[in-house]
Amino acid sequence: MTEATATLDGQRQHDAHAHEAPAPASAHAEGQQHPIKLYLVVWGWLFVLSACSYFVDYFALQGHLRWSLILLFMVLKAGLIVAVFMHMAWERLALTYAILLPPALILVFVAIMAFESDYTHLTRVIFFASGT
Amino acid sequence: MAETALTNTVVPHPRPPGWQGIVADWSSDQRAFKNVPWGKAMMWIFLLSDTFIFGCFLLAYMTARMSTTVPWPNPSEVFALEIAGHHIPLILIAIMTFVLISSSGTMAMAVNFGYRRDRVKTAILMLVTAVLGAAFVGMQAFEWTKLIMEGVRPWENPWGAAQFGSSFFMITGFHGTHVTFGVIFLIIIARKVWRGDFDHGRRGFFTSRRGNYEVVEIMGLYWHFVDLVWVFIFAFFYLW
Repeated sequence: MTEATATLDGQRQHDAHAHEAPAPASAHAEGQQHPIKLYLVVWGWLFVLSACSYFVDYFALQGHLRWSLILLFMVLKAGLIVAVFMHMAWERLALTYAILLPPALILVFVAIMAFESDYTHLTRVIFFASGT
Repeated sequence: MAETALTNTVVPHPRPPGWQGIVADWSSDQRAFKNVPWGKAMMWIFLLSDTFIFGCFLLAYMTARMSTTVPWPNPSEVFALEIAGHHIPLILIAIMTFVLISSSGTMAMAVNFGYRRDRVKTAILMLVTAVLGAAFVGMQAFEWTKLIMEGVRPWENPWGAAQFGSSFFMITGFHGTHVTFGVIFLIIIARKVWRGDFDHGRRGFFTSRRGNYEVVEIMGLYWHFVDLVWVFIFAFFYLW
């Protein structure tokens, strides 16, 4: 109840505001304001992390070390881009969770398809071994 | 009038922290995304759907690669280049990665200057982003040409599993298309910023609405997403 009235009040205030000026400057002044330095630092880190993942390949690391490093650098880069460049770190939780939780379902899909492709691989091995 | 009321970002909505706040925000008879302009919320939802598209592509690639009995071509060798007599593995992809990350950096700064209403810097940074994006697409065209000349097709390639070609063309093709559209829209929005549309409240050609600098941030979200997808493609397709 109080919530609804508060929203209405805000709406009315904003309508009044919209009448007086074509470009509502103050309405968006709060926007996303961060110092430029933050973006430069993140940019630098993305460069470092990309270089690291490139060197994983350059030095031809193999096996679990290779895969875990690739995933680590990937997750760190993705996290920096989403959190800082896309401003997700400063968004309201209702939006953050609505956007970031659904992609977790892809991981379920990955698990299903990993089982499925293991099975396909097995049947192919058996078929090609006995078929000819 | 109605249009500006919808983009209202001022109304404070105090909520308890954590899950209680989320439940309160999502309860009935109200906007779920408060303090978020509708355009930004819609862009996020579009990006979520795009996440599933690229997720399915990478899944299809994983399934093909895991289930084939033929050895997978080694991407490190396939994408190697001879530069000044040196054989450098994966170098073109590394350069493309750095170019795309740089374009993300310039875009983030463009958004920042947009909110500071510095229209010249915003427009210039957006154009720099567009140039870097176009350079990325150019390098991708070079990469495609090189691979096609070497005999890579969606149904065969000289080095191993046939699914390599189909996965490669589908995933990088879709990503390159996203980058291309991003470049086109960057130029369109940069022109609007340069002309001062968002300072004078000029109405849009297509929507007849007054835009504002949030458009730059929404454009930025799309562009960063393109970079984000490349992070995953780089890790799973090129490095794995």
